[in-house]
Amino acid sequence: MQIETLIWLIPIPPIIAFFVIIFGVNRSNRLSHILAVGAMLVSWAFSMLVFWRAVTTEELGQHPFHVSLNWLPTGNTALKMGVMIDPLSALTLFFVAWTCLMIFIYSIGYNNFGKPRDAEDRPGLPPAKGGIEPMYARFFAFISLFAFGMLTLVIADNLLLLFIGWEIMGLCSYLLIGFWYGKPSARDAMIKAFMTTRVGDVFMLLGLAYLYSVTGTLSFREILYNEQMLSLLASAPSVIPALSTAGLIGLLIFIGTVGKSAQFPLHVWLPDAMEGPTPVSAMIHAATMVSAGVYLVIRFFPLITAGWVEGQHLTPTMVVISMIGGFTALFAATIAVAQNDIKRVLAYSTISQLGYMVAAVGIGAYVAAAFHLVTHAFFKALLFLGSGSVIHGMEHGVHETHEHVDGQDMLNMGGLRRKMPITFWTFLIGGFALSGFPLFTAGFWSKDEILGHAFLNRHFDIFLLLALAALLTAFYTMRQITLTFLGEPRTKAADHAHESVRTMTLPLVVLSIFAIGAGWAGIAEEFPGIGGIIPNWFHEFVGGTLIEHPVTLAFNPVPLLVSIAVSLGGLTLGWLVYRRVQVGASDPLRKPLGGLYTLLENKYYIDEIYDRFIVRPAYWLAETFTYRWIDRGLIDGFLHLVGRTSLRVGAALRSYFDVPVVNGAGDLVGEGVKKIGRTFRVVQTGRVQEYLIVGILFAGIILSYLLVFAR
Amino acid sequence: MIPLSWYIIFAGLLFCVGLYGALARRNALAILIAIEIMLNAVNINLVAFWRYITPEKVSGQAFALIVFAVAASEAAVGLALIISLYRKRRTVAVEEIDMLKW
Repeated sequence: MQIETLIWLIPIPPIIAFFVIIFGVNRSNRLSHILAVGAMLVSWAFSMLVFWRAVTTEELGQHPFHVSLNWLPTGNTALKMGVMIDPLSALTLFFVAWTCLMIFIYSIGYNNFGKPRDAEDRPGLPPAKGGIEPMYARFFAFISLFAFGMLTLVIADNLLLLFIGWEIMGLCSYLLIGFWYGKPSARDAMIKAFMTTRVGDVFMLLGLAYLYSVTGTLSFREILYNEQMLSLLASAPSVIPALSTAGLIGLLIFIGTVGKSAQFPLHVWLPDAMEGPTPVSAMIHAATMVSAGVYLVIRFFPLITAGWVEGQHLTPTMVVISMIGGFTALFAATIAVAQNDIKRVLAYSTISQLGYMVAAVGIGAYVAAAFHLVTHAFFKALLFLGSGSVIHGMEHGVHETHEHVDGQDMLNMGGLRRKMPITFWTFLIGGFALSGFPLFTAGFWSKDEILGHAFLNRHFDIFLLLALAALLTAFYTMRQITLTFLGEPRTKAADHAHESVRTMTLPLVVLSIFAIGAGWAGIAEEFPGIGGIIPNWFHEFVGGTLIEHPVTLAFNPVPLLVSIAVSLGGLTLGWLVYRRVQVGASDPLRKPLGGLYTLLENKYYIDEIYDRFIVRPAYWLAETFTYRWIDRGLIDGFLHLVGRTSLRVGAALRSYFDVPVVNGAGDLVGEGVKKIGRTFRVVQTGRVQEYLIVGILFAGIILSYLLVFAR
Repeated sequence: MIPLSWYIIFAGLLFCVGLYGALARRNALAILIAIEIMLNAVNINLVAFWRYITPEKVSGQAFALIVFAVAASEAAVGLALIISLYRKRRTVAVEEIDMLKW
């Protein structure tokens, strides 16, 4: 089979699974998950085949697998739709296929397949006592649709198809966050997520339209692998002074990323999205959908950096992107320190890590951003699935001991390493990868590369932000591990927790292999000691996506030492502070930090600020201004005025014209005819001889007339 | 030869007799007979004018013959009407048959 045919076949199985489950087999839970996982397995196999072909092809960047057809004729040109695999998308396809497949398998166990349905469970609420999820089939249908959207986005060769996949994922995110729609918090979260990302999407659509109107094409290849086009866009001024056309389009598209990848100031939806089932959090809000936003900025790297020379000053667009990324990385990390919900910590750490990647794109570290994207997808999916496993174990304990504690609050856990050994070890690997534990973990290599890039290209502000964020990352990760797994159980529920089923632990193990191994593909060759043992394949491969291969950086010990120091320092600090948390005690940092801790715990009151300055005014605008004043007062008032005036004019016309003139004339005719008839009816006697006399009389008169006058 | 005017005077008188009968008689049958008399007065006129004024043409005779035929069929229809009327109303007096009035 042609490799191009295989590429467009990749997203097809999940969408078939979606429709078959929705319309056909949704009564059978077993058939539903067999279909969904089977379809994902087929997509995974196709993806691996395509990935293998992509890796073994020389110079893939110059000659990517690409096929397109005319889709929508627009005048003389036609909008083209097609699929393309270049090194960047091949790599994205690789981690998307792996994480999706693992999450699909994990979902079987997470949704308690094989357990009897609990009679008290209602659709729209999570199963209370470990029975099977009431909407089991629906869950698999939704995540299949989601996988379709993500795979479509990855193989797209143009911005429009990418946007379609992007929006399908937005929809699935909405549906899956609100999967347990019986909970009001889930309903609020789903609306919040949808509305917030919509803000970004509108700007992205603007960028898309702008790009099309300037270049006449949306194809990645024709815009991003075309030096003439890029230099043209970079030199043309835009409607906003001080920004080139490329800069403005790049900025608009970046705002789409800000929404999708939850960067400050549109990050507020992601922590709330944790209301969804944990596989959803892992899939959408860690590994794939939020990565799609970063994938987009990495994809548009040539456009964003058009007019920039390596080592020179950053363009205004790049400054904005790097500052937002760096700020988000530190900002989210500080919030994560004060969260007690195991999933919320991970949510903020996701925001923080996405900020890393965005900052990396902003300072021009193309390969490093892509590298961190891949490694992060693996270890964050691992961490989320691990946290799901922990919550599952805790809920089992809660159910068994009838103790009313929050199964997601880390202060209620402790000592789970003995109860859930597989979850503990894999979570430890994921956590160390996230903290950038030196040499072994994938996160170290990718994070180090970003830090090195920032340091060597003299972006010390970004370097400082990211290094501080890394320190905090290591700190809150160790806090999480210590509170959850180490020490002694702080509640009876934690004492009765047990290890999850095999369908849940298997994906953990597979993902933890990647969380370690994925980093080895990109070890810098200049790294002392072990650099060069494994060639820096990642840089070669991904760098080929650009027209000019990015140069590898010279080795400098400062960023390396900094990254080792912050990672180990943060981990140690986290362990020291949290190793002795007593039963019922609050966070040990609460006292020394004081007001700052409250500020962090409440996420800098961003939600409240948005509520005060955006949501409430929006409600006021809708309710008071638009509805009451404009709609009820102005528009309805005008309409009522018109209505009343019409009524009055009508009444006047009726009483002065219609009744006397029209009706009068009509009645006159009718009544007159009646009167004449009544007068003359006496002539009709009914006697035939009288009629005859009359006839003769008239005949005589006419005859006399003819005889006398008509001669 | 008897002059034409005599025939006309005779026919006029006969017509007047018929007319009087049609107007004055109460019996429907008598009215029917009176109408026949008026038709015959017309026939006399037709034949007389033919003989005295246009003897070379047959139209006068032909008209007279048609009038005979019409009179015969009229008598038949009239009689049938009167019989069915009698059956329904048990009378043949015309002033009692005033169903045409308002």
